[in-house]
Amino acid sequence: MARDATLLFESSEWNFATLSRAYDAIEEIAVGEMGLDVYPNQIEVISSEQMLDAYSSIGMPLMYQHWSFGKRFAFESHLYRKGRRGLAYELVINSNPCITYLMEENTMPMQALVTAHAAFGHNHFFKNNYLFRQWTDAGAILGYMDFAKKYIARCEERHGVAAVEEILDSAHALMNQGVFHYRRPPRLSPAKVTERARERLEYEEQVYSDLWRTLPATAGTADIEEAEQEALERKNALHLPEENLLYFLEKHSLILEPWQREILRIVRVIAQYFYPQGQTKVMNEGCATFVHYTIINRLFDLGRMGEGAMLELLASHANVVFQPGFDDPRFSGINPYALGFAMMQDIERIATRPTAEDRDWFPDIAGSGDGMGTLIDAWENHRDESFILQYLSPALIRKFRLFHLTDRATDRFCEVASIHDERGYSAVRSALARSYDPGAHQPDIQVVDVDLLGDRRLRLQHRVRNGILLEEGERDATLGHIRRLWGYGLSLTGIDAASGAVLYECSSTGGDA
Amino acid sequence: MPNFIDRRLNPKDRSLGNRRRFVKRVHDELKRVINDQVRSDRIADVDAAHGVPVPRRGADEPSFRNSASSGERQYVLPGNESFSAGDRIGKSESGGGGGAGHGPGRGEGEDDFLFVLSREEVLDLFFEDLELPDMVKLNLKETVVYKPHRVGFTTLGTPSNINVGRTMRNSFGRRIALRRPGEKEYRALADEIAALEAKGGLSQPERRRLAALREELETLERRRKRIAYVDPVDVRFNRFERQPLPNANAVMFCLMDVSASMGEREKDLAKRFFVLLHLFLKRRYERIDIVFIRHTDEAREVDEETFFFSRQSGGTIVSTALEEMQRIVLDRYPANLWNIYAAQASDGDNASGDSESCAQLLRDELMKLCQYYAYVEIIDERESEIFGSTDNGTALWRAYRAVESAIPNFQMTRIARPADIYPVFRKLFARHKAAGRPGR
Repeated sequence: MARDATLLFESSEWNFATLSRAYDAIEEIAVGEMGLDVYPNQIEVISSEQMLDAYSSIGMPLMYQHWSFGKRFAFESHLYRKGRRGLAYELVINSNPCITYLMEENTMPMQALVTAHAAFGHNHFFKNNYLFRQWTDAGAILGYMDFAKKYIARCEERHGVAAVEEILDSAHALMNQGVFHYRRPPRLSPAKVTERARERLEYEEQVYSDLWRTLPATAGTADIEEAEQEALERKNALHLPEENLLYFLEKHSLILEPWQREILRIVRVIAQYFYPQGQTKVMNEGCATFVHYTIINRLFDLGRMGEGAMLELLASHANVVFQPGFDDPRFSGINPYALGFAMMQDIERIATRPTAEDRDWFPDIAGSGDGMGTLIDAWENHRDESFILQYLSPALIRKFRLFHLTDRATDRFCEVASIHDERGYSAVRSALARSYDPGAHQPDIQVVDVDLLGDRRLRLQHRVRNGILLEEGERDATLGHIRRLWGYGLSLTGIDAASGAVLYECSSTGGDA
Repeated sequence: MPNFIDRRLNPKDRSLGNRRRFVKRVHDELKRVINDQVRSDRIADVDAAHGVPVPRRGADEPSFRNSASSGERQYVLPGNESFSAGDRIGKSESGGGGGAGHGPGRGEGEDDFLFVLSREEVLDLFFEDLELPDMVKLNLKETVVYKPHRVGFTTLGTPSNINVGRTMRNSFGRRIALRRPGEKEYRALADEIAALEAKGGLSQPERRRLAALREELETLERRRKRIAYVDPVDVRFNRFERQPLPNANAVMFCLMDVSASMGEREKDLAKRFFVLLHLFLKRRYERIDIVFIRHTDEAREVDEETFFFSRQSGGTIVSTALEEMQRIVLDRYPANLWNIYAAQASDGDNASGDSESCAQLLRDELMKLCQYYAYVEIIDERESEIFGSTDNGTALWRAYRAVESAIPNFQMTRIARPADIYPVFRKLFARHKAAGRPGR
């Protein structure tokens, strides 16, 4: 171990040799000691300007052109130039090989920290978390983005920039309504379908009873039943209700050209690709922060990093996991780095040094002794919502002094529903977990019916939860975009999810295409 | 071993295309703001980068979003110090004590930021309805004319710029210092060896001598190889530096009638005219002074602010302005040191009998001092159809017509729209091209 005890780097200047030496040492700990499982890494050094570029094209190295990215770039660079916001030290892309961008301004200790954070922490999470495995294809995304960029550029050449921009504007407006939240059952092969039909027929033959035929049909109900039956068949044929509006429009809109459908598809694929990221912010950052914290400490213990470097990294780490209280002017929501990192540390503590309370709350992991194993298992099988519901301990609720607030828009006050005490732990925990469920926050809007042979009116339904309505100006503008893609009239009905009462109804008329 | 890639040298401005699309998208709004700013800015500041608040119209990205003012929400917040279950917290007016539960969304901050337009983009927008030919636009945007000048030597450069003399002098010095065997020395040795070899039947000392000579030759050869004749360290290149061309000074007189008949529209057109003239001049001269003279029935030199924005009542006597200009020229801008340009804007009103004296003054005095004098008469759009370019018009117009026909660098025109302004500069431009002014 004599060789190992030398410092990886001495000054704060970095070069590719020190980067590579640090990477190897980090890899040894991450893969060898912690047992992380990562995609091969590709590490790219970029300048601040390129970081801004990457910001504005939602972090993708390749992106088609659209004015909204220009707007975002202007916005980000404005904040940056005014010094109101620093840039991230790194940016990591869920792809295979996993691409990590390092900023050239970082000092060498920071480069080591972000290598551990992104190239191992995030990378492990991307490769192993079930949501990412289910919804994203890391090996194909770069190729797909390349295709998308070229395809849209070709469309612009052929059909004009304005025509493409129109479709993209409309598609972007529906991006949040353009993801599948649940896996669909696999499509059956034709052979399977006929076999099923045969089985059903056999079953009907077996249970056939002549008696049913003798029942007299009630007059009048036949008509209604027929209409209902027809509607049901119609809906079945279109797989309604459908929550993925972009998908529905892509498949069933009567006015779109093939290239326009392809553009909708591109936007939808990108939205779906980012769907897991929104649901795993706390876990993903928690995992990466925990990994870099463990690794830099280990490097320090091995004598491979100097005290000066360590001090710099600890200061930076402390900034990242800082959580101001709700009444602090710096407060802007719960910091996912802080919560995630605290939970990871807490899980490790519960596994190795549990208190009596922990044994009550977490009988299956308390004292198991294998902190890393528990964490790796949690990272693999949870998203933020279920992770918090499963692992947020009373000790941590006390540490963050969490409290649960109920806010009715009609009241002039908010009510404290529960706090960090014996009676409140479960309530606080489940409320916090729910707040990380995107399903509970995004408006639930579905296509419920359309008569393609009749008036072709698209009927949308908004299931209103807890009385939270839509922003009206935005709603009408978005409906305008749907109208552009659908080409015929449409209506949106707000239905209270609890009572089923109709809360509002609005429509965008016009039978012309 | 990971794959390290240095992307810093990749082409920059990857998002320039997106920026251009965005500017195009909000073009109308930006143009309105820029025109407002041109109206309120100082003439010399027009061609600079401008910060423009990003307009909401045209650049919004709607989506289905929850409204903040309805329904019931649950928040979990950190940092409880004094609350217990059941406490009630009053909401602040701005909307909810717990409103921060989601953090400030992107949608809120984005609407009120300054979008900085570059000088090029500002000028594009400014030129838009002036209908300038493209050549002129290009010329105006290009600020300074540079010419490469020889300044000393450098160790880096292109082969075509090698300074042979310098390089060889360095090479020579280095060869002496390092004692590189010269050609003469080498030849002599080689000849001696050749002579000995040719001789045949060598004696013992001769043979030893030959061996020694050969060895010496080999050392020489090695030395010559090691110490290059011309080494990269010797090479010197001529260094060039781009230097702005020295331009002369110019002064621009802006003369304007500010009597009540000049309304908002007239002043706006006049201002555009002055701005454009300033841009033209700025392209030619390193230093430009602007003098503002406004007049009613008496003329006064004022600052820009007063010139465009304050009102004064009274009659109209144009000659007072010309006299004031003459006084200032004689006083501060000797015609042999300054290029004098003048631009006069008016609605054509003048006191009866004064027009003739104006023409007199111009012909006999001012036009001898001025490079160029432009007179624009700002008229109503309706009037423009009646008057066109006919000779009849106000007394001032008729008097000036006489001056125009007598003196080549006097220009006059009537303008009713921004697009009418450019033709006034046509001849000015043509003249400069033909004459090829010194310093161009």
